[in-house]
Amino acid sequence: MERLQEIWLQSLFGFMALTTVVCSIAVVVTQNVVRAAVWLLFALSGTAGLFFLLGADFVGATQLLIYVGGTMILVIFGVMLTARGPFVSMKTQSGEWTLAALVGVALFGIVAAVVWSTKWPTMDWGDTSKIRGENSPTTVQLGLEFLGIPPQESPKDAAGTPLARLGRDPANIGYLLPFEIVSVHLLVVLIGAAYLARAKRRKAATS
Amino acid sequence: MIETLKTVIWPFILWPLLMSFAIMVFFQLQAIIFVWLERKVSGRIQDRLGPTRVGGKFGWLQTIADGVKLLLKEDLIPADADRPLFRIAPYIVLCGAFAAFVVVPFSFGWVAENLNIAVFFMLAVMSVEVFGVILAGYASGSKWALFGGMREAAQVVSYEVPMAMNLVPAVMAAGTMNMHKVSEMQSGWIWDWNCFHDPFTFFAAIVYLVCATASVKRAPFDLAEAESELVAGFHTEYSGFRWLIFFMAEYASMLAVSWIATIMFWGGWNGPLPVTQWLGLWIDTNGDKLPDAPGFLAQVIGFLNFIAKGYTLIFVMMWIRWTLPRIRIDQVMKLCLKYLLPITCLLILGAGVWPLMIQTERGGKVGGFAAAAIAFAILIIGIVTTPKSAAHGRRERVY
Amino acid sequence: MIVSLETMLLVGAIMFVCGVVTMATKRNAVGVLIGAELVLNASNLNFVAFARYTPFGIDGQAFALFGIVLPAAEAAIALAIILNFYNNHMTVDVDKANELKQ
Repeated sequence: MERLQEIWLQSLFGFMALTTVVCSIAVVVTQNVVRAAVWLLFALSGTAGLFFLLGADFVGATQLLIYVGGTMILVIFGVMLTARGPFVSMKTQSGEWTLAALVGVALFGIVAAVVWSTKWPTMDWGDTSKIRGENSPTTVQLGLEFLGIPPQESPKDAAGTPLARLGRDPANIGYLLPFEIVSVHLLVVLIGAAYLARAKRRKAATS
Repeated sequence: MIETLKTVIWPFILWPLLMSFAIMVFFQLQAIIFVWLERKVSGRIQDRLGPTRVGGKFGWLQTIADGVKLLLKEDLIPADADRPLFRIAPYIVLCGAFAAFVVVPFSFGWVAENLNIAVFFMLAVMSVEVFGVILAGYASGSKWALFGGMREAAQVVSYEVPMAMNLVPAVMAAGTMNMHKVSEMQSGWIWDWNCFHDPFTFFAAIVYLVCATASVKRAPFDLAEAESELVAGFHTEYSGFRWLIFFMAEYASMLAVSWIATIMFWGGWNGPLPVTQWLGLWIDTNGDKLPDAPGFLAQVIGFLNFIAKGYTLIFVMMWIRWTLPRIRIDQVMKLCLKYLLPITCLLILGAGVWPLMIQTERGGKVGGFAAAAIAFAILIIGIVTTPKSAAHGRRERVY
Repeated sequence: MIVSLETMLLVGAIMFVCGVVTMATKRNAVGVLIGAELVLNASNLNFVAFARYTPFGIDGQAFALFGIVLPAAEAAIALAIILNFYNNHMTVDVDKANELKQ
């Protein structure tokens, strides 16, 4: 019974991971930039599905709302505004392709070697809602984290030592400062982008 | 075998399939009813009858006839169109619109998936639709469809911001994004509803409805589809079944935003009076000898309540569509960025500060009712003092 | 544990490599931006996998949230720059962006 449940969840994971991988490879392979944007949309949705399966429901919904519903719209607007026939499909020479493929394979080899050889301190949080000792969803935990109140308790292993560096560790003071910095950063970006993209007279096409 | 059935196949495979099937069928039925309702309501507002021939005196089967016609139409794809993208665009919009109903609680315990971030999930999934709109405009291969699609996408994306932000006062009042819990909290009398929790949630309820109407591209914000040079906006080149999918997705998202408003502001499945409690239809679920959850009959009554409230809001949207004239695209963007967004920020500020100033729950409700009374008074004064002959006044105007 | 940590990290690695190769081979400036988005998403996936499967805890999800918001801001600026470039040169081919060479 447990085995069947595991198989079901594993096949869901496999489906999402396969979608993400196939669509990422399709982004590389396609020559048409609009199609690349569509494949990226599916890759990002696959990533959001993986987030939901990994128990990060708030992050998954934020990914859908902001990446898929915001950044992808920006990218596709950029594609549309600069798409004038010849720029939709620009081909790269085969020499560049081989070089890029070699670099890609080498990079993947390095990363895979690091992943397989490192001894990760794994533990499965499982139901992440039990972090504060009572039933608190990830939204509450993230909210408190951003207010500067990191969770006080951490799960303990068999010997009774806390597994995570949380709460009691004086180095962990939450993410209030980065949160405020990011809000100012977004304001600056908003003003900067609006200034950069203001309507100007378009220079006549040269050659 | 029975054990496997109960622990694995039922909860993980059969229940999700059954729920998905029920949701899909339920919403296609709603789309059929809405098309008929729209034609009847628009007819009556325009002082005519609407469909009366197909299916008896009231034209019940008109939509089925329309559906059959659309299914039998020729499937045209323009020569300049990008074929795979042309085909896939309606389905992106459909998935975005229908997936939102997975978390909607129709009554106590009647929810397909009780997510903790239900409201946020609905907003997130509905924002995927916009990409389908742009793709449809681009893949049609005609520059007018492209312009229509991009204008529409700009409008929808701009209005999603105040729409989502207007739900923040409601979430702050309820303390949770879980739509089932928010509706549970509103059980009781009409003053337990979220819209009367404090004056800021009341105004948020109204502003949310405006933003939601704009976000689902309904009139008076539907210039991107209605301008005569654009023919029909992003779905100009779509005919037959593909157009039907866009149409169903539009009605599904109208229903989704109406139901979000119903649950977050207007009481969810609870009525204005606690009738089911008076009738003794509640049962004891946690063993403390006090009834604290509705029994099955009360759940059915709640379901009917919920559907009725959703339909009332849809009726209001249709009423506004056939009453008010369209506003221009630059007026649309100006309204969003210059008026609705600052108002929304003020509402969030007020809703955050209000509980600190008014320490009691009852004080908040008095504030909420006071705000409602003031808004109603302003409305009545506005209607009463409008000069009756506003059109005649034009003759005397000095230019 | 349903899926091992290494599997998730490898999925992230594949996305990362695809993003890097996209950034390297595409001649359209918006294509390069698409590659950058893939790279950032791969890092987000790594963070959330660490949040679930190591003692990193909820901090991983907080990092992932920052990794969603900041790339969105960066994409806005990148597109503003690309639009400016297009308005001035009538092309988005990155091979033609070589004025600083002279």
